[in-house]
Formats: sequence, C-alpha cells, structure tokens
Amino acid sequence: MTYEGWIIVTGVLVGASCSIIGVLLVLRQMAMISDAISHTVILGLVSAFLLTSTLDSFTMLIGAAVAGLLTTIVIQLLQNSGVQPDAAIGVTFTAFFALGVFLISRYAGNVHLDVNHALMGDIAFVPFQTVSVFGVSMPQAFLFVSVVLFLNVILAVLFYKEWKVSTFDPGLAVALGVPVAFLHYLLMTMTSVTAVSSFDSVGAVLVVAFMIVPAASAYLWTRSFPYMFVLSIFISAASCFSGYYAAKWLNVSISGSMAVMTGVFFLISFLFAGEDGIVTRVLRQKRKQRMQWNAASAAASQPERDRLNG
Amino acid sequence: MSDALDVQNITVAYQESTVLENAAFSVPQGKLVGIVGPNGAGKSTLLKAVLDLVPKLHGRAVFFGDELKKVRSSIGYVPQRGEVDWDFPTNALDVVTMGRYGHVGLFRRPRKQDREVAFQSLKELGMEDYAKRQIRQLSGGQQQRVFLARAMAQDASLYIMDEPFAGIDAKTERAIIELMQKWKQQNKTIIVVHHDLQTAREYFDWMILLNKQVVAQGPTEEVFTKEKLQQAYGGQLAFLQSAASEETGGLS
Amino acid sequence: MMQEWLSLLESPNLRWVLLGSMFLGIASGVIGSFVLLRKESLVGEAMSHAALPGVCLGFLAAGRELPALMIGAAVFGFISLWGIRIIHRNTKLKQDTAIGLILSVFFGLGIVLLTMITNSSAGNKSGLDSYIFGQAASMVQFDVWMMSGIAMLVTAAALLFFKEWKLVIFDPLFAGGLGWKTKTLNSILSFSIVLIVTAGIQAVGIILMSALIITPAIAARYWTDRLGIMVILSALIGAFSGLSGAALSALDGGIPTGPVVVLTATAVFVFSFLFAPGRGKLAQITAYRRFRRRWKKQQAVQALDSVPDTTPSRYAAWQKTLGVENSEARRLWNWLKKNRYLT
Repeated sequence: MTYEGWIIVTGVLVGASCSIIGVLLVLRQMAMISDAISHTVILGLVSAFLLTSTLDSFTMLIGAAVAGLLTTIVIQLLQNSGVQPDAAIGVTFTAFFALGVFLISRYAGNVHLDVNHALMGDIAFVPFQTVSVFGVSMPQAFLFVSVVLFLNVILAVLFYKEWKVSTFDPGLAVALGVPVAFLHYLLMTMTSVTAVSSFDSVGAVLVVAFMIVPAASAYLWTRSFPYMFVLSIFISAASCFSGYYAAKWLNVSISGSMAVMTGVFFLISFLFAGEDGIVTRVLRQKRKQRMQWNAASAAASQPERDRLNG
Repeated sequence: MSDALDVQNITVAYQESTVLENAAFSVPQGKLVGIVGPNGAGKSTLLKAVLDLVPKLHGRAVFFGDELKKVRSSIGYVPQRGEVDWDFPTNALDVVTMGRYGHVGLFRRPRKQDREVAFQSLKELGMEDYAKRQIRQLSGGQQQRVFLARAMAQDASLYIMDEPFAGIDAKTERAIIELMQKWKQQNKTIIVVHHDLQTAREYFDWMILLNKQVVAQGPTEEVFTKEKLQQAYGGQLAFLQSAASEETGGLS
Repeated sequence: MMQEWLSLLESPNLRWVLLGSMFLGIASGVIGSFVLLRKESLVGEAMSHAALPGVCLGFLAAGRELPALMIGAAVFGFISLWGIRIIHRNTKLKQDTAIGLILSVFFGLGIVLLTMITNSSAGNKSGLDSYIFGQAASMVQFDVWMMSGIAMLVTAAALLFFKEWKLVIFDPLFAGGLGWKTKTLNSILSFSIVLIVTAGIQAVGIILMSALIITPAIAARYWTDRLGIMVILSALIGAFSGLSGAALSALDGGIPTGPVVVLTATAVFVFSFLFAPGRGKLAQITAYRRFRRRWKKQQAVQALDSVPDTTPSRYAAWQKTLGVENSEARRLWNWLKKNRYLT
C-alpha cells in the first residue's frame, strides 16, 4: 500500500476503535475519562522505562495500559469518597501527568522519550516503522491498532445488551444480576488499551478527539443505540479522509488536522442534526410563528370588518 | 408455602446515623402490599437493602425461602423514574425488552419471542402506539407505563416498586393499580412504596408501616388504625388527617 | 542546600519570579474555590487547552510579544467557555462531553497552527514550547509583572464580590430575587477564571494549569465547612505550591515548574484527603467503625433482655435473636460477661 494509504487506513482504524469506546463513554457521562487516561499515558511510559530500561513498544504498551487503569481506579476511589466527579478526574490525571513529566526531566532527560510527541503525535511517521507478519510487511502501528479494534468489536458485541442496560439504567442492571462493576472496569481497561495503542500513532490529543467528538455528533443525529456506533465510526472515518487532505494541502500536522475535522463535523451536526439542530429548530419556530400570526390575523380580521361595515 | 419476602432485622446506616433499624417483616405470597411511612422513614432504602443495592449493616432478606442470587430472575424491580438517563438513544419497545434480559442470559441476544412478549406488555398498558418513540418524548405517565410494561415483560413472581405513582396523571394511576390487581389474581406478590395515605387504604390489602423501624405490619384493616398511624407519623398526622377528612371523611 | 537557597534570593530576577508564582498561587487558589463550588472543575482544563491556538495566533500576528500571546489566549479562553455553554444548553449533550469536545478540537487546532509556525519561521517557536509545560524561571521581569498584576487584580475582585459570588453560586434564584444581576456576577467570575488561566499558563503550562485552580481548593475543602476559611486555606496552599515549584525549578534548570507546583499541591490534597479531621478518610473510617461497634453492643444487650435467665440454652437463643455469626457472637458474649450484663 502507498504511504498515503497506510496513514489513512491507520487513522480510520483508530477512529473506529475510539468510536466504539467513545459512544459508551459519552452515554455514561464519562467522556473526560478519555482525556484523563490520554494524559497519564506519559507516566506509564516513563515508569515502564525506568523499571525495565528498555524502550521496546510492547513494554511501553503494558506500562501505559497499567497507568491508564490505575488512573481510573484512583478516580473511582475519590468519587466514592465524595469528591465531585469532575474534580476527582482533574486532580488525578494532572497529578499523574505532573509525576510523569517530573520523572522524565529528572531521570530520563537524556533518553528519547518525547513528551511532545506523545501528546501531539504524528501519524505521518506511521508508515516508516514496519513489522512483518506472515511475510507481509506492514506498519507496526497498523498491526497494534487492528488488534485493538478487533478486541473492541468482540467485546462490544459480546456484552451488547449488558452495555445497553447498565448504561441506561444501572439500578435495573444490578437488580437483573448484570455484573455492573465488572463492565465498568472492562470499559476502563478497553479505554486505556485503546488510548495507548492509538496515541503512539496519532497522539494523545487526537485520541481524545476521536473518542468524544464523533460519538457526540452521532448522538445528535440518532435515537438508536446501535446506529450511534455506526454513525460515529462513519464520522471519524470521514474526519480522517478530510483531515489528511486538508493537512496535505496546508502542509500542517495531520493528527491536528484530523482532530479539527472532527470538530467541523460536530459543528455541522450541531447546526443541522434532526430535531435538535439549531438551524432546524429556528426554522421550525419561524414557521410556527408565521402560522400563529396568520391564524391570529384571520381571527382578528372578522370583527374588524364588522366594525368597518357597521 | 414460604413467604414471598422475609426481611430479618435489616439495619442500614449511612456515615454515623441509621436510616433503617432492625426492620423485620414478612410478606405472604399473593398480596398487594403497601410500604407506607413519613418522609425519611427509609422506604426506598429498605427496598434497595432488600435487593442488595446498598450495603447492610446487619440482617438479611429471604425470597421464597431462598437467597436473592438464586431467585433474581423472578423478582421485578421498578426503580424511581428519576434515576434513569432519559436521553439514552433507545425507544419504548427497546426499554421493555430490557425486562427480558434476565431470562435471556449472558452473551445471548433477545429472541423474536422476547420482543413479542415486550410488545404484548406495552399493548396491555395501552402503549403499543408509542413503541418506537424515544423515551424522552413520552409524558411522565407514559414513561411510568413503559416501566410497568418492562416489569410485566420480566414475568416475575414478586414485584418491588419504588413510588410508581409519583408524578403521574390520574388515568395512568388507575391503569397501574388495575394491572397490579390483575397480577395479584395470578398469585403474584407486589410490594409498593407509597407516600399517599389517602389512597393507600383503598389500594393495598397488606400494609407495612415504616418509620426507621417497622411500626406495624399485617392486613390493611388491622394496620390502618389511628393509633398505629399516629405512632408512625407522629405530629404530622394531624395535618394529614384534616387533609384526608376533607376528601374522604376521615380515617377509621 | 541552605546556601543555595540563600544565593537564589540574591538574584533579583529570581526574587521576582518567586513572588510572582506566589501571587499566581494565591489567585488561583481563591478563584478555584468558587470554580469548585460552581462544579466546573474541568472548565479550566478546556480553557487552558483552548489557549494554545490563541497563543499561536497571537504569535503569528505579533511575534513573541507577551501581550499579544496573552490576548490570544484570553480570547480563545472565552470562546471555549462560550462554546461549552452553547453546546450544553442547546443539545442533550452533558457538560463533560462538551468540555472534552471543545478541549480536544481546539488543542488539535493549536497543533495545526504550531506546525504552521514551525514551517513559516523555521524553528522560531522555541518561546512557545514553554507554554505547554511551563517554565517560570525563564520569565523576564515584564512577564512577572504582568502575571503578578493580573493575579492581584483577580484576588481583589474575589474579595470585592465575595458574598455576591457565594450567593449566586449557592442559590441563584434567591440572588435574582434580591434584584442582583446574577448574569453579570457570573460573567465577572468567568472573566476572572479566564484571566488567571491566561496569566498562569506561561509559568505552569497549558496542561497543568487546571490543577493549580482545582487541587488547592479541593484540599482546602477537607478542613472546613465555611467558604471564607476555605478560600483562605486554598490561597495558602496555592501560594505554597507556586513558591515551591518556582524555587525548585530555579535550583535545577532541568525541572519544569508546572509539574513541581502540581505535585506539591497534590501532596497537600492527599494529606488532607487521608488525615483531615471529620471529612478525611481515616477519620470517617474510624468513626464508622466506632459507630458500628457501639451499635452491635447495644443490640447484644437488647437481645439479652428478650431471653430471660431461665431460658434453656440461653446462649443459643440469644444468638438466634441477634442473628450474627458464631465468632462475632462469641466476642459479643464475652463483652457482655466482662461488663456484667450476665450474672
């Protein structure tokens, strides 16, 4: 496949992976968890490096996933202890992130652990680092991302109705015997693994954008749970294509450009989506007003005429 | 025949105060039971404790002579309406189908017959025209009917309902109470947390008076006496009584 | 060590930096208390991330001039705040989704602009990097003056509007009933948040600025139930964190300021979370344990009353009434014996 092809395909797969997680996070009002996890990835990377003194991808992956999971556990602990939900998120991830940056600057300053890169990523480098699977050469990032997408799809389908009921009505879910706590931590693990597998290729910020923005846009269009997944994946794919070509045209960061494109698609959804769209709503209101005005003037005109005649 | 529910000395505490103290009562099968008491009496907490939704300091609940875990699928819980995300992308029929999840089991999809049961339940409550509606678009009464239909689809032998009559129209209230009476005739047991004393006597044939502790329990005519109500409600009763006498001519 | 500290204070520029960081800490601590009570802890996060494109645009327009960068950051701070409100108010999306959405899209835009700057002026963005992680020690005197000035202005505003903000956050309808302009008061608070974020990002960095606002406030909340005291405590924690962060990063040029500031504040929070009297974890656990023990003993005594001396196999009957397991029953029975409930 071409250089361009690999970038777009990897982007689309990351988008799909993140969309699946994102729909669940947005509906469970846990969107900011993705932001938290993508920040604490740094701590995982530097800890893994300091513990093992290696920089190989798999070690990094494990370290980052553990840090992500730890973040969610600490957040949960704080929330259960009565800290405001969003404050718990804010305190936890900033502390972890600060610790990560501190450790890098103190003990790993001379190693190639580029915080900037982790944060902003660069999907442009994806095609250069390749591995060979069954004699086929492919970018390493592509392999990682495909495996994670596969896992996400399997888990989403396997627990489909459990996700649905535990998101919609946790009380009922418990009463029905659905393992709500298990599902929560499964989702948190999936979020960490997805964020970690994706951030290396596209950067932490695009991961957050891909997790939240397409799901939020899809939410505005549809009233069906399964379609929300489909639509969200579709929107993220569209953002990848348009983002890539916009970046190429302007000669700017591809990841950043894709993130901006998710925002553009959200703006379109915000203005035009179904009954909730701002433009549609204003138009409807105008029509209603006009009808009322017509009716009112029709009603008023009769006695008016009588008076004139009389 | 074992009791539908046997509550043994359940105590629940938040922080350093008990909200429920040594609540003990039993409910025979086939009764329509009202749990009645003043605000803060621990009515909702009692239901949640019985269903293991809040931790208990002490005590246990036995269903049909068995543990909760073993009989879970035959217990239908209808939580308060406020505790659900009404913006969730789903329609009425879908919500009712969720009632079948206990029967369907892990990893499996609801089958066609599950959806049929769900639709029949909606129909029973006169909601078949709204099957495809997003739930936010339904009125309070209609939402409550959907919840009732879901409980019905669950085909439980014991129903536990938290304030099903709160914030709904008179017509829906009528429909719900009729449905409950029908369930009772099928020898199902229904336990309802209720806060309206005026209608309580008319609706229920068994009653539990609660104010942190169980003040009285038994057939309605035995429990619904002035002394016992006085004991549960304290000073609030005078007000309730005068309000009641205006409409129904006083308490017995 | 002491020697180094003292020699630090001899450098006039550094003295200013330390003082400035302290003022910044005080102001964010004060404002943070109101932000926390307004349940907008993560709004600062969105605001500071959204500042990146603003900083970049300021740079593109006027070069590395602090006022231009700050105006850019402030404008984008407002846009993000406004965006979150608009989305939250007009759609079914919840506030946290709106925050994450604005944050990631705007940061993406910032990265796009950053690459544009790199491309156009060949690596001349070195000044902008400090905005992401913060580097107080690199601030020149003018930067410090700017930061301190804004911090003092914001603190003054908080003192001036203390009781108004308190009521507007706690009970907006009642405040409206008093004839107060609740909208204006809220806008002034929002304006103060934007100002303090804008002033702080150069020292603490975009990514950690939100922590300087919320962490001291949450830590302070554990020690008191009164807003006035909470604001003072939060200001003190903020000042301490700001000071220590700036000092440490000045001692060792390799350590960026932001992380140290945040880690100090976090340490205070963790301590408060665990050990604060009343609200702290430890205090709550012991209180609950004590309560539980007392309650069980009371139950044991009551159960004893219901099985008179004459009951055959009194222990078994007692245990049955009490309804506890063997080991616990034995412990309670021994306690009864020791305290002469059993004769």
